Amino acid sequence: MTDTTQTGPVLAADGTPLKKSLARALRMQKLRALMLIAPLLLFVLITFLLPIADMLFRSVENNIVSDTLPNTVVALEDWDPNSGEAPGEEVFAALAVDLKAAAEAKTHTKVGTRLNYENPGISSLFRKAGRKVKKWDTEADGPFKEKFLEMDDAWGDIGVWQTIQTYSPKLTNGYFLNSVDLKKGNDGIEVRPENERIYIRLFIRTFIMSLIITGACIVLGYPVAWILANLPSRTANLLMILVLLPFWTSLLVRTSAWKVMLQQQGVINETLVWLGLVADDARLVMINNQFGTIVAMTHILLPFMILPMYSVMQTINPSYLRAAKSLGATNWTAFWRVYFPNSVPGIGAGSILVFILAIGYYITPELVGGTKGVFISNRIAFHISTSLNWGLAAALGTILLAVVLLLYWTYDKIVGIDNVKLG
Amino acid sequence: MTAPTGNDAFVEFERVQKSYDGETLVVKDLNLTMPKGEFLTMLGPSGSGKTTCLMMLAGFETATHGDIRLGGTSINNIPPHKRGIGMVFQNYALFPHMTIAENLSFPLEVRKMGKSEREEKVRRALDMVEMGAFGGRRPAQLSGGQQQRIALARALVFEPELVLMDEPLGALDKQLREKMQFEITHLAHRLGITVVYVTHDQTEALTMSDRVAVFNDGVIQQLAPPDVLYEEPANSFVAQFIGENNTLEGEVLEIKDGIAVVKLDDGELIDCKPVNVSKPGERTRVSIRPERVEYNKDRLQEGAHTLKAEVLEFIYMGDIFRTRLRVAGNDEFIIKTRNAPDQVRLQPGQQIEIGWLPEDCRALDA
Ligand SMILES: Nc1ncnc2c1ncn2[C@@H]1O[C@H](COP(=O)(O)OP(=O)(O)O)[C@@H](O)[C@H]1O
Ligand SMILES: [Mg+2]
Repeated sequence: MTDTTQTGPVLAADGTPLKKSLARALRMQKLRALMLIAPLLLFVLITFLLPIADMLFRSVENNIVSDTLPNTVVALEDWDPNSGEAPGEEVFAALAVDLKAAAEAKTHTKVGTRLNYENPGISSLFRKAGRKVKKWDTEADGPFKEKFLEMDDAWGDIGVWQTIQTYSPKLTNGYFLNSVDLKKGNDGIEVRPENERIYIRLFIRTFIMSLIITGACIVLGYPVAWILANLPSRTANLLMILVLLPFWTSLLVRTSAWKVMLQQQGVINETLVWLGLVADDARLVMINNQFGTIVAMTHILLPFMILPMYSVMQTINPSYLRAAKSLGATNWTAFWRVYFPNSVPGIGAGSILVFILAIGYYITPELVGGTKGVFISNRIAFHISTSLNWGLAAALGTILLAVVLLLYWTYDKIVGIDNVKLG
Repeated sequence: MTAPTGNDAFVEFERVQKSYDGETLVVKDLNLTMPKGEFLTMLGPSGSGKTTCLMMLAGFETATHGDIRLGGTSINNIPPHKRGIGMVFQNYALFPHMTIAENLSFPLEVRKMGKSEREEKVRRALDMVEMGAFGGRRPAQLSGGQQQRIALARALVFEPELVLMDEPLGALDKQLREKMQFEITHLAHRLGITVVYVTHDQTEALTMSDRVAVFNDGVIQQLAPPDVLYEEPANSFVAQFIGENNTLEGEVLEIKDGIAVVKLDDGELIDCKPVNVSKPGERTRVSIRPERVEYNKDRLQEGAHTLKAEVLEFIYMGDIFRTRLRVAGNDEFIIKTRNAPDQVRLQPGQQIEIGWLPEDCRALDA
């Protein structure tokens, strides 16, 4: 007990301060833990975080113009688009130098394509110019303004030069503006013409249809989850296999099955016609529209609703219901006041899961959605694989991601994320 | 501890049977009558059908056969929420999403009581269990003992005449359990409610109840006040189940003048009180309570029967001595003696003589 009067740090048996030897012991543990999760960490980093970061970057990245046309960009800085005149000779000379270099490197079509997103027509202008400029001598063949105008009147068009100037910075918000049906005009940002506005409408449609699908999943899934949770476990396991059965067949097969069911010569229509409920020439249109998408996606996403609901309901003590009834509550009151509030975390978890899956769904709307039933993801896929406008696709994806995060945050504020239970 | 008579019966089970699977009877021919204001405990080993009886009374299980009556009317076809029976569950079953006050207010709300009246009753019920300051908390924020009190208050707040409790103290530690035992009995007597209490803890049953129904295998073995149950067990199951008990096996030689002569298996003859034996030649188990056995010759009473015994083990337990003996071939014969200044402490290996009065020695069924 002589130690109690000792001041200064407590020492371990070997004389080092206790704090230090504790830290050393813990460091080894932490290091070992880190080594164990390192492979997964790397995997997640490389396959998940990096692509997302890359996508976020692509949605604002715009190096191509200043990389391909460096001299032109510099020369254009002094030009005032409101002057009403095309730029002067020095800009055209710079363009000739840039284009010649680009044509030799075969990059002039790329920059043309990029600018064509913003101002249709530029692509062919660049392709044509590239071919010609290749043969010019950029030292001696001036003046170039006339030669360009001679090649194509469009080079005197202020709009073309405005586009080049607007998109010469290395970063741009153009893709995002495009994603919400806006564009950069002469005097700042302006709304696109009526016939070019598609994305906002698509976002809203995606949102509403996802909500409908989530609602349908709640209505259909709740009773099933209830039954599963209240059956003896052996029967429940058997039924659970039926719920999970769809997971064992390909998504494509399931969606195609809905096509067979819902099409105009399909099972449902044939049955209705045979029963005489529907006239042969007035068969119901249930596929290639929003109805088809909602039906097929509700079916496909239903297990994601049932599973969390089921696991939450399993934890609800059956004696709560008995207690409520012994206290004088009718069956309905006991359910609504006691059982249901306790099952809300399951509904919340299922809804978040289904809604987030639905809002980004692609295959099913593509196959059964027709034109009216497609989602924003289908447009993203189009820009990635067909129009090759990756920047726009990235901007649309970023907005989708932001919307999901915003919803998540709202849910957390209103219901509380601790209230979400997966089991 | 009034014996019930037919006309003031409040709760009645008449020839009630229950089977879950259609093959075995979980409750076999149950007959039970309770007067108003009685505290009756169903005591028995796990699986003996106590909970099933309670659930039939509460309306959560239907009797396969027979009649259950409450206040003279059959309740077989009345749904649970119309029976007006308060119930305390083993795990308390407090609603986790409601505060304590909301939990208590629930039975009043479903009875469409006004707000001010509700608040008044909730407040009084909370005060009754000394939990007045906890109305705003959630059940998860209370300790086990506190949750227990709230469950009790909730079962009483709508003033039911009959309250059922299914092992309500099972989850509490020993000290808290003893404290709650007193509180529950005091409360029940003060409010004049009728209580059916289920437990597998015999001490709990003995200390709390007006009468105890000992269950085994779906049958009431004995229904009696605690002292009768302990001192006059009706059969060897009850004798074994309630308190500590010594058994000696043997055969009845003759029964005469209220005394049965039993020949123990080692040849020794002893006098017993015949309880469950009727004729000579029957096998019997003789039951003697450990504290009724005396080994101090000076204290042996007139007419006591003596037997030889060998001390196997002596355990000092503070207030009492517990000694294990070999008697008539039984190595598990226990005697308990008070720790008094003049009391002899026995040594293992010692040969002694023990004795008891014939009326403390009961010849039961084999
Ligand atoms: N819901 C039920 N379904 C089938 N058997 C049951 C059910 N409840 C209880 N049992 C059976 O009935 C018997 C009595 O159970 P119970 O009344 O709970 O006994 P105790 O409460 O005395 O422990 C046990 O064998 C038990 O397995
Ligand atoms: Mg039980």
